[in-house]
Amino acid sequence: MGAMIKLVNLHKSFGKQKVLDGLNLDIEEEKTTVIIGRSGGGKSVLLKHIIGLLRPEQGQILIDGTDITKLNDRALNEIRKKFGMLFQEAALFDSMNVGENVAFPLREHTTMKEKEIRETVADRLRSVGLTGVEEKMPSELSGGMRKRVGLARAIAMRPRIVLFDEPTTGLDPIMTEAINRLIIETQKNLNLTCIVISHDIRSIFDIGHRIAMLYEGKIIENGTPDELQGSQNPVTRQFLAGSIEGPIRIM
Amino acid sequence: MNRFSGALDRLGRTVLVGVEEIGKIILLFVSVLTWMFRPPFKLRNIFKQMEFVGVKSIFVVVLTGTFTGMVMALQGYHGFRMFSAESLVGGTVALGMTRELGPVLTSLMVTARAGSAMAAELGTMRVTEQIDALSVMAANPVKHLIVPRVIAGVLMTPLLTVVSDFTGILGGYFVGVHILGINSGIFIKNITRLVDLNDIYNGLAKAACFGLILSLVGCYKGFNTYGGAEGVGRATTEAVVLASIAILISDYFLTAIMF
Ligand SMILES: Nc1ncnc2c1ncn2[C@@H]1O[C@H](COP(=O)(O)OP(=O)(O)O)[C@@H](O)[C@H]1O
Ligand SMILES: [Mg+2]
Repeated sequence: MGAMIKLVNLHKSFGKQKVLDGLNLDIEEEKTTVIIGRSGGGKSVLLKHIIGLLRPEQGQILIDGTDITKLNDRALNEIRKKFGMLFQEAALFDSMNVGENVAFPLREHTTMKEKEIRETVADRLRSVGLTGVEEKMPSELSGGMRKRVGLARAIAMRPRIVLFDEPTTGLDPIMTEAINRLIIETQKNLNLTCIVISHDIRSIFDIGHRIAMLYEGKIIENGTPDELQGSQNPVTRQFLAGSIEGPIRIM
Repeated sequence: MNRFSGALDRLGRTVLVGVEEIGKIILLFVSVLTWMFRPPFKLRNIFKQMEFVGVKSIFVVVLTGTFTGMVMALQGYHGFRMFSAESLVGGTVALGMTRELGPVLTSLMVTARAGSAMAAELGTMRVTEQIDALSVMAANPVKHLIVPRVIAGVLMTPLLTVVSDFTGILGGYFVGVHILGINSGIFIKNITRLVDLNDIYNGLAKAACFGLILSLVGCYKGFNTYGGAEGVGRATTEAVVLASIAILISDYFLTAIMF
């Protein structure tokens, strides 16, 4: 089983604040890895390192064996074509309608004809459970719809790796369940390598093949859902139980 | 002694921050230049920005231009009357508009309208991660967002200045001839006698520089926004203040070089 993404000894600080502190993590190919950890703990920062939006002060980020921390912009952009990303608030371009949003990467990186683009957009939207919404503007959509459109855009170019930053935060329980299903199905249908950040304890055991716990800038545990549920690590136990008692300090 | 060194320390810090800021804006300009000439050209984005910066500013520019020309005629008339030189009003209004007030007032209005909007729009895109989304999709944000705005700023500010010059002179004509009773023929003859084509060209060159300043500053502030809605507000204010100051200061030096 190969690790297609390998993070080695990552260090990242903002000013005096140390966010990543010697983090190591292997992400397995064609599996979903869920990263859990407390708010403000650096999960988004970690994700942004994987796709090259942030550069570490020290350490390596290997994507298919290439260390992206050393790449220039052009080479980095080639690597990024392997990725799709769904942002926390979907990050749809609000100057464009839904159809243009999903078409954006196609127009940017392919020579497809207009008709082909329209068909591809409709297909991607259908695969996230939406039809006939191309003309809507992002501001007219509900939170759940925005996430769906964001996912359609993320998978428009058929990437091999998709990153999800808190895909279900801020959604009602039913929509949460629907988005979780969508992640599971999309991962299976497209054989994706997924990295999902989540707080939602119930969801993570449904969608994760592997679960990694981020704590104080390090991955302190990484295993199957069963392994994590049986964990003896007091930090993991406290986090999964959602308990106030334990080693995690509440400010 | 301690208070003194504290104040000195703060002053030094402020200067350092200012110099760093200017350096970063120049770096952004270099990056805009390199991306500007690299195909594919986003014509649609450019036209959209030109419409926003140019077409939609016409109304305010006409308004400010007209009234500035009118008030100049009024003020000039009272001054020149002391020397019985009322006939010079037309020429001075035209000279003042084309060389100075046309470019400066237009740029300040465009800063208030479009420069602020650039900062707010890009700032919102930054805090809602839309700029990150562009990067993630291997699309360069400078090329997509900043190049069209800077092109629009550099091209449209001089065009709007033409409008401002023209309406300013018209306003001056109206006040001078119809209200103050200066002879129409003399008013116009004095314009052609005093104003050289070079006055107009140099005024437009200044306007192009101001257009560059206001769009670069607006984009820079927006692009580097942090801290949510509050951050967007701060970026917008800073963009307007910084661009206005930069326009007025550079106006002095450009004028010193040109005329
Ligand atoms: N660009 C940045 N500049 C400065 N500090 C940042 C930046 N991005 C994140 N941080 C800080 O890093 C910490 C981790 O943030 P983040 O990764 O967003 O947490 P989360 O685990 O909730 O996603 C936070 O304290 C945040 O303030
Ligand atoms: Mg986050």
